[in-house]
Amino acid sequence: MADLSSDFIGIKSPNPFWLASAPPTDKEYNVRRAFDAGWGGVVWKTLGLDPHIVNVNGPRYGVVYGPDRKVIGINNIELITDRPLDVNLEEIKRVKRDYPDRAMVVSLMVPCEEVCWTEILAKVEDTGADGVELNFGCPHGMSERGMGASVGQVPEYIQMVTEWCKAATKMPVIVKLTPNISDIRYPARAAMAGGADAVSLINTVSSITSVNLDLMAPEPTIDGKGSHGGYCGPAVKPIALNMIAEIGRDPETANLPLSGIGGITTWRDAAEFIALGAGNVQVCTAAMVYGFKIVEEMKVGLSDWMDEKGYSSISDFKGLAVPNVTDWQYLNLNYVTKARIDQDACIKCGRCYAACEDTSHQAISMSAERTFEVIDEECVACNLCVNVCPVENCITMEKLSPGAVDLRTGETVVPDHGDWTTHPNNPTAVAAE
Amino acid sequence: MSGVRQNGIAAGRISPAALSENFSDAYPPFSAHEALVAADRCYFCYDAPCITACPTEIDIPLFIRQIQAGNPEGAAKTILKQNILGGMCARVCPTETLCEEACVREAAEGQPVDIGALQRFATDTVMDKGDHPFTRAEPTGKIVAVIGAGPAGLACAHRLAMHGHNVVVVDARKKPGGLNEYGIASYKTVNDFAQAEVEWLLKIGGIRIETGSELGKDYTLGEIREDYDAVFLGMGLSGVNDLGLEGADERVDDAVDFIATLRQTKDLAALPIGRRVVVIGGGMTAVDAAVQSKLLGAEDVTIVYRRGQERMSASEVEQDHATTSGVRIKCHAMPRRAVAGGVEFEYTEDGPDGLRGTGETFVLEADQVFRAIGQTYEGWHGKSVLELERGKIRVDLEGRTSLSGVWAGGDCAFGGEDLTVTAVAEGRDAAESINRALMG
Ligand SMILES: Cc1cc2nc3c(=O)[nH]c(=O)nc-3n(C[C@H](O)[C@H](O)[C@H](O)COP(=O)(O)OP(=O)(O)OC[C@H]3O[C@@H](n4cnc5c(N)ncnc54)[C@H](O)[C@@H]3O)c2cc1C
Ligand SMILES: Cc1cc2nc3c(=O)[nH]c(=O)nc-3n(C[C@H](O)[C@H](O)[C@H](O)COP(=O)(O)O)c2cc1C
Ligand code: SF4
Repeated sequence: MADLSSDFIGIKSPNPFWLASAPPTDKEYNVRRAFDAGWGGVVWKTLGLDPHIVNVNGPRYGVVYGPDRKVIGINNIELITDRPLDVNLEEIKRVKRDYPDRAMVVSLMVPCEEVCWTEILAKVEDTGADGVELNFGCPHGMSERGMGASVGQVPEYIQMVTEWCKAATKMPVIVKLTPNISDIRYPARAAMAGGADAVSLINTVSSITSVNLDLMAPEPTIDGKGSHGGYCGPAVKPIALNMIAEIGRDPETANLPLSGIGGITTWRDAAEFIALGAGNVQVCTAAMVYGFKIVEEMKVGLSDWMDEKGYSSISDFKGLAVPNVTDWQYLNLNYVTKARIDQDACIKCGRCYAACEDTSHQAISMSAERTFEVIDEECVACNLCVNVCPVENCITMEKLSPGAVDLRTGETVVPDHGDWTTHPNNPTAVAAE
Repeated sequence: MSGVRQNGIAAGRISPAALSENFSDAYPPFSAHEALVAADRCYFCYDAPCITACPTEIDIPLFIRQIQAGNPEGAAKTILKQNILGGMCARVCPTETLCEEACVREAAEGQPVDIGALQRFATDTVMDKGDHPFTRAEPTGKIVAVIGAGPAGLACAHRLAMHGHNVVVVDARKKPGGLNEYGIASYKTVNDFAQAEVEWLLKIGGIRIETGSELGKDYTLGEIREDYDAVFLGMGLSGVNDLGLEGADERVDDAVDFIATLRQTKDLAALPIGRRVVVIGGGMTAVDAAVQSKLLGAEDVTIVYRRGQERMSASEVEQDHATTSGVRIKCHAMPRRAVAGGVEFEYTEDGPDGLRGTGETFVLEADQVFRAIGQTYEGWHGKSVLELERGKIRVDLEGRTSLSGVWAGGDCAFGGEDLTVTAVAEGRDAAESINRALMG
């Protein structure tokens, strides 16, 4: 049986599944239920200074649905905790005392003044919490007050606040990054320069989920108006994965510990984040949609997969996919594939034909009896037919072996690697040696 | 004492509450959410096979996508512009042998997209609102006679009206609708749907319906041809095949008549039915007569079919409906003669020259026997003027008969299956042909 236990920057937890700072970790009652359900740790809902903020009293969420009202993404306009600081601190202390083996990290967001951070850090340290997470991420509400994403979007501020915090506490400091920025490497480098023990990402993506066409207002609508919120859930996972990979393969931050967040719903999602270098993962939306019990599937699924692959601990496969993330220009242009349709598996829906004929390269033929075949002379191997086919593995991409002729280009496939950097069409190509 | 176990033919075998439960919607409509879930299963196939399988060629993937996208009214229009009786067809089409049989998900997983129920969802949405989404073209001043207010006649009339012609529909029966009103099983068309649909269809304007007026009795085809610019015949099949049962045909009831009576009976508790019912035949009519006998409270109901079950023209879904309703299906047996308290049957087998009796017999006890072995085109007095083909009116691909200015379609015309949807397609296409001829 694989060992799921996790040691993330010295914070130990029985498994790598933490609940992200959000409604699931808003108060003692929820967190106790989460720990009883088996979560390895929590990042407590972000604390601020008193007087505590207030939330809207109308709807907070907007949702994007897939088939059968399956939640694909949630957008929220909730702010940080709306309960007094002392109440939160007392609860954190009690829960940590009763669940000493679980990770208790406290998320913080206070104004950009050193004294604010020093004060609150002392209070948190008092609770026995294992660490803090600096929330430089929320894209709405707090950012307009000079906190959250408005700090996270300025690398200098990130570094400055991180330095204050590192100087003020012995607890490990995690910096939570906002994805609402053009190049995630800059804030990550700034956090590292400030002395952060780790970064966590992503926070929510600025968004409007939908427009109510009767009210002519964005949803969720509060008395006829709406404001942008933060988007999360399965829809944001691709964005989060890319940002994790960007930081992992940046030489400057290659050794910076990462806590992966964004759309994690099953063990497989978690494994993918860890393969791209995350030391642990945090979950919010999946728990909000399905409840705390999902962690059972995550733990068993990850453990079974690790057993199957022969990984005995999380660190065995952490980051294994990072070296395979590269830039486009280094992709092998001599790797030639063609689509292949398994006629026995084909159910003759013709979606591959419509996709290729209307929007791609007219490389699929259709007979009167609805037999669909790939025309190798036209197929550029874009993969769209594979993507739109409703039958898994009915269409696959077959690699042409060296020596075979690509009927589209008339060229013989060569065994060597050849990429854009050396391609004759590239004006800046470096001559191959 | 009345009840299930009373011998003979009697009314009120089961309670009124049980009757109304039995004759409620057999396939209740989708809720909005169920419709979305079902619609999401459609793959939006290219040149979709379901479209080809539909006799009226409804653009099925398009209407399902419109439901998905929250536009059931648009979906209904997509359906109704091909098939103005799309509401009835959604209820009565044997989809398992039409569109749903062709659905690629039937091939993939034996579970087609629920096209019929989705069609009902869309058409109910507009019909419940009372919206009629079509308008008439400028009046042409032409007038067309349509004989028969069944699906063929109604579809023809509506399409002609859309093209701006005036239409008079005459029907021998008291109510319009043809077999929609007098034949289709009750539990497929609850809440007087057939009449509601006719009323909705007439909203197009330009159509007058005259009921209780019979061609051949009240007027001749010659007179009609004289008075109208064109004539469409959609008279269905009014004759029924006889069993030729030794000494007994008067003791055998006609299943179609039984169903027509049932459809017109307001108080089903007053409708008599046998304790033990035998239905002879293997088609949709046999199944409907048998199932509805059972629903009325008959204790034992048996369908007897002379060939193997796989040869029954009732689809597998209909056969299953019969057996799950408690009807027994007995195959390879043909009636010989009426005997005291029942019918004697002889077993059959397939021989080199077709079906033959084996000589072995058995007797089924029966208080009531129905025959449902097919209907025939009877025509009317002047039928000799029209050329026939295998007993039905011969028509060309556009529905033209051998007489100029006379078109025909639906069950009375040769070609196509005897189904509501086929009648609609033929009526519609004949209307297009008439329009071309009149405006040409
Ligand atoms: C019991 C039964 C159940 C059926 N169930 C189904 C089913 O579930 N699904 C399905 O798709 N199909 C079913 N069918 C078949 C379907 O009902 C017919 O194919 C369809 O109704 C044919 O339409 P039509 O317009 O050609 O004829 P009809 O519906 O028969 O209409 C003909 C009309 O013409 C009138 N008429 C006849 N002669 C004259 C005359 N001389 N003058 C004036 N008017 C005249 C009649 O009164 C009648 O109203 C069923 C048939 C029966 C008998
Ligand atoms: C309603 C809601 C409130 C949130 N509040 C906070 C917060 O107070 N502090 C914080 O750091 N992140 C907050 N988040 C962001 C989540 O912690 C997490 O980063 C994000 O939802 C992405 O993860 P997911 O896709 O698993 O939900 C909130 C998210 C939601 C949905
Ligand atoms: S065949 Fe089935 S999946 Fe394809 S378009 Fe028709 S209903 Fe949709």
